Amino acid sequence: MSPLLAVDNLSKLYGARVGCREVSFALWPGEVLAIAGESGSGKTTLLRCLSGHVPASSGKVHYTLRDGRSVALDEMSEAERRLLMRTDWGFVHQDARDGLRMGVSAGANVGERMMAVGERHYGRIRATATDWLKRVEIAEDRIDDSPWSYSGGMRQRLQIARNLVTSPRLVFMDEPTGGLDVSVQARLLDLIRGLVKRLDLAAIVVTHDLAVARLLSSRMMVMQQGQVIEEGLTDQILEDPQAPYTQLLVSSVLQV
Amino acid sequence: MNAPAYNFAYLNEQTKRMIRRAILKAIAIPGYQAPFASREMPMPYGWGTGGVQVTASVLTPEDTLKVIDQGADDTTNAVSIRKFFVKTAGVATTEKTEEASVIQTRHRIPETPLTEDQILVFQVPIPEPLRFLEPRETETRTMHALEEYGVMHVKLYEDIAQYGEIATTYAYPARVAERYVFDPSPIPKFDNPKLDGCPALQLFGAGREKRIYAVPPYTRVKSLDFEDHPFEVQRWDQSCALCGTRESFLDEIVMDDHGTRMFVCSDTDFCAKTRGER
Repeated sequence: MSPLLAVDNLSKLYGARVGCREVSFALWPGEVLAIAGESGSGKTTLLRCLSGHVPASSGKVHYTLRDGRSVALDEMSEAERRLLMRTDWGFVHQDARDGLRMGVSAGANVGERMMAVGERHYGRIRATATDWLKRVEIAEDRIDDSPWSYSGGMRQRLQIARNLVTSPRLVFMDEPTGGLDVSVQARLLDLIRGLVKRLDLAAIVVTHDLAVARLLSSRMMVMQQGQVIEEGLTDQILEDPQAPYTQLLVSSVLQV
Repeated sequence: MNAPAYNFAYLNEQTKRMIRRAILKAIAIPGYQAPFASREMPMPYGWGTGGVQVTASVLTPEDTLKVIDQGADDTTNAVSIRKFFVKTAGVATTEKTEEASVIQTRHRIPETPLTEDQILVFQVPIPEPLRFLEPRETETRTMHALEEYGVMHVKLYEDIAQYGEIATTYAYPARVAERYVFDPSPIPKFDNPKLDGCPALQLFGAGREKRIYAVPPYTRVKSLDFEDHPFEVQRWDQSCALCGTRESFLDEIVMDDHGTRMFVCSDTDFCAKTRGER
């Protein structure tokens, strides 16, 4: 078996400023990797490089397609990369408004990816959209409502449904629970965990919240000033942090 | 009274050359929006500055021009554009569809079938069919280049979800020659089937947006739809109150303050012909 995503010495520089530096790791099918670190440590930059939203300054990202071929992201044509983004990949934004089409109804939001890959049967699109809304615990009768009328937690769940409708193999999540209150966070995490398990998804979750990493991921990386300073099994890192910065991070978590 | 201060058909020859090049490009790539250096015309944007520039560039002294607005020859927009070309080009004009060699139109295609010897020029306000769903021009260009048209169906989906049917009745998006999705200008969708395989050359000019596109003669134009919600045109229970036809696009006219209504052909020339009044 080959890794789904192989990252080799990836760096992103903004002029003299460092976004992220010399990051290497492999992500295996069905694995959830958390990237933790404080604000400005390069987590989101790394995620945006990995998902092809911004070009990296140096280094390579290889992705294994469904047919087993391995492709380098920067060598793909724009058409291939965009097709990959709306079929094999998903991207869950921190702010649901960035990931949703706010001007159209929830059903159209879920159906958009199906239509983008050529589905032209209204009945089937609607049935699938209804099914997905149920799976993310949104009431069926809200299907024709605008996302503007949804609460923050519902928007986030709608965004997840919209991404998962084409059964992707890899989902990028940028602070999926950011900006939500704790009880909503807990339910959302529960939902994401269930979906990831059931659909055998691989995911990269960027978070500053160690609890999110603990609940969702099996492996994690800790970043500081653009570099990965520690990586390993999530439980191991959280129970027995080695790097001084990780120790600080773990001990800073509020205990209630 | 051909004012000698003007070049033939108002625009100077270099400008017409530039516009003709854009037209040729547009014909070579059916449905593609070719950019052109739109000129300031002596009329406001929204009055058909794009269509007027295209007409000025294809017009020859031997041409016979017909101008219609919403199907009618006698409305303000049609009258002023016709006068403009009579003054600046001195060409013959007509109201009879079959006698015209160039027809400039706003919001309709004539009911009388067109022929290979005719050119139909449309006035276009917003050439980009993806604009209301994607405001970024860089993104819509990429979407056209990569044929990413799924989002067009999102709009149709939204119609069915909200109204139970595809409620878009004008500027109905269609695909030209199985490649580019285009906006056929705000013609009623009743006219969309006439675009398909039309023997006449169809040119579209958008002055403010600086785009020209074309449907060459006998080109396939397919209106977008869903398998279980196929494309349909408007139908009326009434026939035209003046000529009695059931085949044409009807305008609803309110007659008094008590809600009396009258349905008449929007194409005035077609209506007169059916009545035998010309």
